[in-house]
Formats: sequence, C-alpha cells, structure tokens
Amino acid sequence: MSATGIVSQLLQLAVALALAPMLLGWVNQCRAWLQGKRAPPLLQPYFTIRKLFWKDVIVAANASAIFRLTPYIVFGAMCCAAAIVPSLVTDLPFATAADAIALVGLFALARVFISLAAMDVGTAFGSLGARREMFIGFLAEPALLMVLFTASLISGSTSLPAIVESLAHRDIAIYPSLAFAGVAFTMVSLAENARIPIDNPATHLELTMVHEAMILEYSGRHLALIEWASALKLFNYSCIGIALFLPFGIAEVSDDWRAIAWSAPALVVKLVVGGAALAVIETLSAKLRIFRAPEFLGTAFLLAVLAMLVNQLLGS
Amino acid sequence: MPSSALDVALVAVVAWMAIGAAGLARPRDVVYIARILFPIGAVVGVVLAAASAFALFGPPEVAVLPLGLPGLPFHLRVDALSAFFLLLLSLASAGISIFSAGYFRAGEGTTPGLMCVQYHAFLAAMALVMLADDAYVFMLAWETMAIASFFLVTTDHRIAEIRRAGFLYLLIAHIGALGILLCFGVLHAGAADYTFDAIRALDRTAWWASIAFFLALFGFGAKAGIVPLHVWLPEAHPAAPSPVSALMSGVMLKTAIYGLLRVGFDLLHMQIWWWGVVALVLGLITALFGVIFAAIQTDMKRLLAFSSIENIGILVTGIGLTILFSAYAKPLLAAVTLTAVLYHALNHAFFKSLLFLATGSVLHATKERSLGKLGGLIHRMPWVAGAALVGSLAIAGLPPLNGFVSEWLLLQAFLFTPSLPQSFINMLVPVAAAALVLALALAAYVMVKFYGIVFLGRSREPNLVHAHDPGRLERGALVYFAGGCIALGLLAVPIIAAIDHVNVVLVGTAVGNRGGSWILLAPIGVDRASYSPLIVLAVIAAVVLLTLRIVHRQYHGRVRRGPAWDCGFPAQTPRMQDTAEGFGQPIRQVFEGLLRVERLLPSPSDSAPRYRVRVEDPFWHWIYLPIVAGIERLARLSGLLQQGRIAVYLMFSFVTLLALLFFTQ
Repeated sequence: MSATGIVSQLLQLAVALALAPMLLGWVNQCRAWLQGKRAPPLLQPYFTIRKLFWKDVIVAANASAIFRLTPYIVFGAMCCAAAIVPSLVTDLPFATAADAIALVGLFALARVFISLAAMDVGTAFGSLGARREMFIGFLAEPALLMVLFTASLISGSTSLPAIVESLAHRDIAIYPSLAFAGVAFTMVSLAENARIPIDNPATHLELTMVHEAMILEYSGRHLALIEWASALKLFNYSCIGIALFLPFGIAEVSDDWRAIAWSAPALVVKLVVGGAALAVIETLSAKLRIFRAPEFLGTAFLLAVLAMLVNQLLGS
Repeated sequence: MPSSALDVALVAVVAWMAIGAAGLARPRDVVYIARILFPIGAVVGVVLAAASAFALFGPPEVAVLPLGLPGLPFHLRVDALSAFFLLLLSLASAGISIFSAGYFRAGEGTTPGLMCVQYHAFLAAMALVMLADDAYVFMLAWETMAIASFFLVTTDHRIAEIRRAGFLYLLIAHIGALGILLCFGVLHAGAADYTFDAIRALDRTAWWASIAFFLALFGFGAKAGIVPLHVWLPEAHPAAPSPVSALMSGVMLKTAIYGLLRVGFDLLHMQIWWWGVVALVLGLITALFGVIFAAIQTDMKRLLAFSSIENIGILVTGIGLTILFSAYAKPLLAAVTLTAVLYHALNHAFFKSLLFLATGSVLHATKERSLGKLGGLIHRMPWVAGAALVGSLAIAGLPPLNGFVSEWLLLQAFLFTPSLPQSFINMLVPVAAAALVLALALAAYVMVKFYGIVFLGRSREPNLVHAHDPGRLERGALVYFAGGCIALGLLAVPIIAAIDHVNVVLVGTAVGNRGGSWILLAPIGVDRASYSPLIVLAVIAAVVLLTLRIVHRQYHGRVRRGPAWDCGFPAQTPRMQDTAEGFGQPIRQVFEGLLRVERLLPSPSDSAPRYRVRVEDPFWHWIYLPIVAGIERLARLSGLLQQGRIAVYLMFSFVTLLALLFFTQ
C-alpha cells in the first residue's frame, strides 16, 4: 500500500461523494426536458440535502435503534462501494480488501438494513415497501452477480481494478458475452435504483411505491443521508457499468497525475451520456405492475446466465 | 505419561454419559439438574473443544478398547477430519448446554432427569460417531444418536402432532441407517474386517465404489435432509424443545456431512466425476427448495428448519464440486471448495444454534410460535433481539459476518471451474452458480421476514407487553453464539489455516494463503481474488462513526418523537402490518408452479367470508403418498389370504407342499 494509493483512494471517494447528487440532478433535468417540463436546476439535489440536514428529525414513537442507525449504515455501505469501484483510477488499496462479490454483499447489507428499518416502525406502507424491496432484490442481486462473474471470467480475477485493467487493454472487439451482460446490467441497474419500469422515483401514489414507501418515516438529517446514499448508489451503478463496458480512459497508476487529469473529464463525459440515456429509457417506458417485475428481472437474470454460457462457449 | 487428545476426548464422552446417569439420581430436582449438571456438561464441552483443537493440529491417534462383543473390540481414531467436527460439536454444545441450564423448567414435558440422560447420551453418541474407526462402532453410535434424539424430539409426547413428527423422524432415520449399513457392507466387500483401516486398504472397481458412494449419499442424505428425504426435518425440528432443535440443526445434521466426507474422501480412494454432478444437482435442488419453503412459512421454528435444509443443500453442492475437482485432479481447487464446505458447516452450527435458541427465548416469553402473533419484541427483549440480529445478518450472508466468508469461498470455487476438461460440465457450472446465487439471495429475503416480523414493528397481540428478556444463563449463551458469528467472520485467515489440516488429509493439498497476509484472505492469489473482513469492518465502522460525528457537529442534533406518519392515514392498527403470509406472498406467487397451493376463496355474496391458503410440500404427493398407497394395496392383497376358515389354510399348506415336492424332484 503506497501513499499515492491512499491519496488516489481518498480522491476517488471525494469525487464520488461530490458528483453523485449532480448525476441525479442531471438525470432529473434530462427527464424533465424530454417530457416537455421545465427542468429543476442541476444542483437541486444539493439544495434538498442541505435543507434536510438543517431540519428537525421526527422519529416515530416506537422506532428502535435500528431505525436511527440505518441511515448511517446505508451511507457507510455506499461509501465503501464507491471506494471499490474504479471510476478515476485503478490503484485502489481498499479494493484488495473487497472484491466484486463483496461489492454485491455491501449492496445487500444496505438493502437488508433499509428494509429492516422500514419494518421497524410497524406501518402498513413500511412493511409493504420492505417486502417489495426484498422481492426485487432477490431477483436483481443474482443477475448483478452473474454480470460481474462474466467480467471476472474474461479477466480472470474478481478484483474490480484488475477487471478494468484487463478489459481496457483488450483489442477493440465485440465480445458477445459482454453484450448480453450489458443488457442484463442495464435492466438490473434500473431495478436496483428504483427507476421506471420497476419503481417510480417521482411517484405520489402510495400503492405503487417501493423505495419511497420504505423511507416514508424518515425526516431531517436521516432522510438527507438516505437521499445522498441513493444518489451514491446510482453513481456507483453507473461507475460499475462504465468500468465493465467502457473502461477506456481510467487511470491505472496514481503517480501519473496527467492520467488522472485525463480520466476525470472522461468520467464526466461518460456520466453525462449515461445519465441522458437513463432519462431516455425512463421516458420511453411505462411502470410495470409489481408482479410483472419477476418477468423483467427474470429476463435480466437469464441474459446474464446466457452471457456466462456464451463466454464458456466462445472463450471470450 | 502425557495424555493424548484422544484420551481426553474419550474422558469427555464418558463424562457426558456419567452426567446423564447422575441426572437419574434425583430425576425431579430441576435445580440440581439444570443449575449443576448442565453447566458441568458445558465445561466438558469446553474441555473437548480444547482436546479437539489440539488433535486438529497433531498427527492422527488410534486406540482399541476391549469393549463390545468378543472379537469385535472398539476401534477409535481421531484425525484432522474428526477433530474438526468434534470441535464443531463441542463449541456448539457448550453454548447450548449453558442455554439449557436456564431454559428447562419444571412441569414441561419429560421429567428433567430423563431429559438429562437423553441430552447427554445424544452428545456422547455424536462424539463417538466422529471417533469411530470401524463400521461396528460407527453404527452403534449412529443408532444411539438417532434414538436419543428421537426421545428428545418427543419431549412433549402428550401432543399427538409431536408423536407423529417423532415417528416420521425415527422411520426416515432408520431407512437412512439401512443405507449406511449396506454401504459399509459394500465397502467391506467380504474381504476385510470392518475396521476403517482394512476398508481403506482395499482396491475396488469403479462400479462397486459408485454403489458404495450412492448408498452413503442416500443414508447420510436421509439424516442431513437432502431432497426428497427431507420430509422429517420440518416436522421434527419444530417439535423438539428449542435447545434440542439447536443441537439437531446445528450439530446433528453435520454428523451426516462428516459421514459423507469420511466415506467419499477417506474410505474411497477414487472420486468419479459424475458423482460430483449428481451431488451438485441434488444440493442445488435442496438449497432452492429449502429457501423457497422457508420464505412462505408462518411458524418461526419451521422457517428455521427449512432454512437448515437450504444450508445442507449449500454444503452438499460444495461437496459435489469438491468431488468434481478431485476427480479431475485439481487438488488446489478441491481444497478451496472443501474449505468452503467445512467453514460453512462451522458457521451454520453457530448461527442456526443462535437463532433456534433465540426462538426458544421468544417462545418462553410469549408462548407463541406463530409469526403472525409476534412483533415489536426488540423493545421488550433487547438482548435476544440484538443476538438474533447478528445471527440473521450472518445467515443472510452479509459482510463482514461469517456467512459471507464461506459463501465467498464457494462462489470463488465456482468461478474457477471453467478450467475443467469436460465441456459439458463447463456448461453446467454457470447454471449451477446462478441457482446457488439465487438461493443465497433468497436467504436474505427469508431473514428479513423472520427478523422483521418477530422483533420489529408493533406487537400484533396485546399480551406481548409482558414479554421480557430471559435470565442470565440464556443471555450468556446467546451472546456467546453472536460473538462466535462475529469472530468466525473476522478471523477468516487463521480459521482457514486450521481447516487446511483437514484439506491435507482429504484432498492432499492445503489452501494456504497465496500472497495474502494475516489480515488478507487470498486463497488462490491476490491478483485473482482477495477479501479482508477486518478491513471491510474497519472501513464501514470508520465511515459510519465519522458521518455520525460530522453530522452531529455541523448540524443541531435535535430529535423529536411523534406518532408514525404513514402518509397521514389516521387509523393505524398493528394488524395492518404485513403478516408472515403477506410477506411470503410474492415468493408464493413466483414459484407457484413448484408448490402445491390449496386456496379457499369465499364467494362474493358471502356475508362472513373466510379466506384460506394452504401450501403443501409437493414431495409428499409425488413420492411418499404413492409409496403409502402401494403398501396399503399390498396389505389389502395379502388380506385376501386370510379367509378365517381352517379348510382354506389347510389347502394353502397342501399347495405349498405340492409345490415344494415339485421343485425338489
């Protein structure tokens, strides 16, 4: 572990924390434009988070310590995930302590805690949201793991920096397995980030909510942390997608500051394009009934398994 | 003369039997039995743990005891494999005995003295199963274990349902024992004597080895609960008192895993690849079946019993993969997979014991086993709730707890399978990995359901306000197991180093730590895969604490308490929370094709509508009921012979005589 490694590690975490709400703001802006509405400012998520931090916290009378600790645990898990996924550099000392499987484990940790917190207050909407979240999670998590497995089979390692380094250095060619994995990953990311075919981030109809139903009882700084963590989750998924499917331009040695200076604008460009694509997908599709979700996610899961099979068959 | 580990282990077995016998001295004195004998049993467990830890690192030891029938002395042996499972047994039993000391009360089921005999005979028999070095001692101990546990299951024998569960358990245990007996018969091959040494020395054809392996898979599978021999498990585990459920689920199922490893890797020299495929597929079916059924249960102990079936499925999947790797001469990969199996067995002993004991405390405090009538216990029973949270997170396979480490190792093993020469298996493995991952993800669903409904939310019944934490002994046991789950999760590297002694014995290679350090786990190489639970925990804890501090420093820390908001709905009752049926409903709907669902829907004009759903195990209908019907038909046919008239019976004798004369001519 080198000093520059630690510096690049912290730098990447700071960039993730700072950029995540902006990515959310950008997606919201694009979506508003596409839907012919007036867009909120790009920095709106920052204003919301800042406002929430200053508000009083109201905790339901029968909430236990789990309810109050969960925002911190979820935020901590998302920060750890942001520290593993190479977005700027691949020289991440922490990534040797937690590989791609541990990354999925961290996401699961956050999901389990937020579901438990939703059940903690004992309201009808809370437990409904928790049940739906775990339901979507049990379908999405295997698909995500299969996508990561496909990438690690190609590169021969489950460590994310190693995957990026190996994928970025291959000749430009189309890997059929990665194409399947890419489609599967897009579907999983939509589901995991409470996006439109599965969930609606802007919904006001209680019966259709999933993520929003779970966090109904949160307020003040707790809600701020959860919102920030959600933004970080979207950012992390975007960075996983970039790392697996567009790994070009990520700096590989942290000593070379010029490489990092190049990788930062590359990241921003990719995120801008990715965010716009997300907005297009969300605008073009309609929300599915919750019991159509298994079909959607089952397709993603099968595509991911197919990616692994294709990888075995063709050896790439 | 310095005493060896085997001597100490034997003394422990004898001590357990003596404690059981001492219970008969004053069979109705609860204080004497619970407060004195059970804690002594726990101390014996600790001593045995020390001895087996010593044996794990030492060379194998053998002993011959002049007991039993003339000419058939007891052969005993402790090697790394038996030492590892003895360690599992003794560590789990020490905690469970302490819990039992606080748990058993007067006036519940069997007389305490009898209970003490059965419990300690059960422990001693399990220890003897692992020490046995000939088929004769093995079967003797195996049967003692089955019978002692049968009596423990039927502690509340006045309830007809429990008697039925006990009978079913005894029946399947004996069908399984027949399989094991036949397996030893095949292994012995009429050529050697029944000592394991003689069996090891024999060379067999692939054909006979396969027969022996599948008899063992059948026999031990019946004890472990591999589908379709699992039907006794969800009946017997909930029927037993909670510490006994913990012992059966946490430890007894592992004796079957021990037996399978002993026969498959020690007594048989060869492993054939298609054995591995069969075990792999059976394991995956078991894991998925168990976890799907766990998700739709409404009884907390049945839910945990089905989760045990899932974990056995994961272990058998791992064993299948180990066989595949051994058959294709990939000792390092076989060692990694075997490590995952053994590690998961140890983990399961800890978290499943913990959860069963927690349900015992809940049961004592509320007299309620149905999930639909619990809720909000985190406020009334903070100790139990805290320990159960650790257990639930561990069993859900979340980092940095222990369940994650073994699952991580197993998934790594799957990722390395593509190096096998046969392309058919290389095709199979991604599908198998996908099925395994699906089972692991569903386990998290099950645990959120279990924990959320029992401990979180609001009490669904008014009488739950009187629930309170158990006494000091029970709390101590729960904390012991929760601490064990955390320690097993964090100390992955030294534990794998200890398991390596078993790997050397069974597959000939150690995993080692290739490029890792005492803190970094890297079974194959740092560039391939690495994981460090300590660092992950430290980083998460650091981020959480830092965030807490910054948020409280920068902003006001005001908190107000108020009623739940719930989108402003005014009339909130605890019955509006999800029930166990409700939480399991999505799973029921998705997997409806695999289940047998019986629905009773009221008509629209019904003024007092009742709605009922019953989900049944399809294997009853596919396998067991046809067998029962066939036997009944046979019985009816043989009934035709019984005419009740002496002339007819005389005619039977005459016909038989004629037939015999015809044949002997």
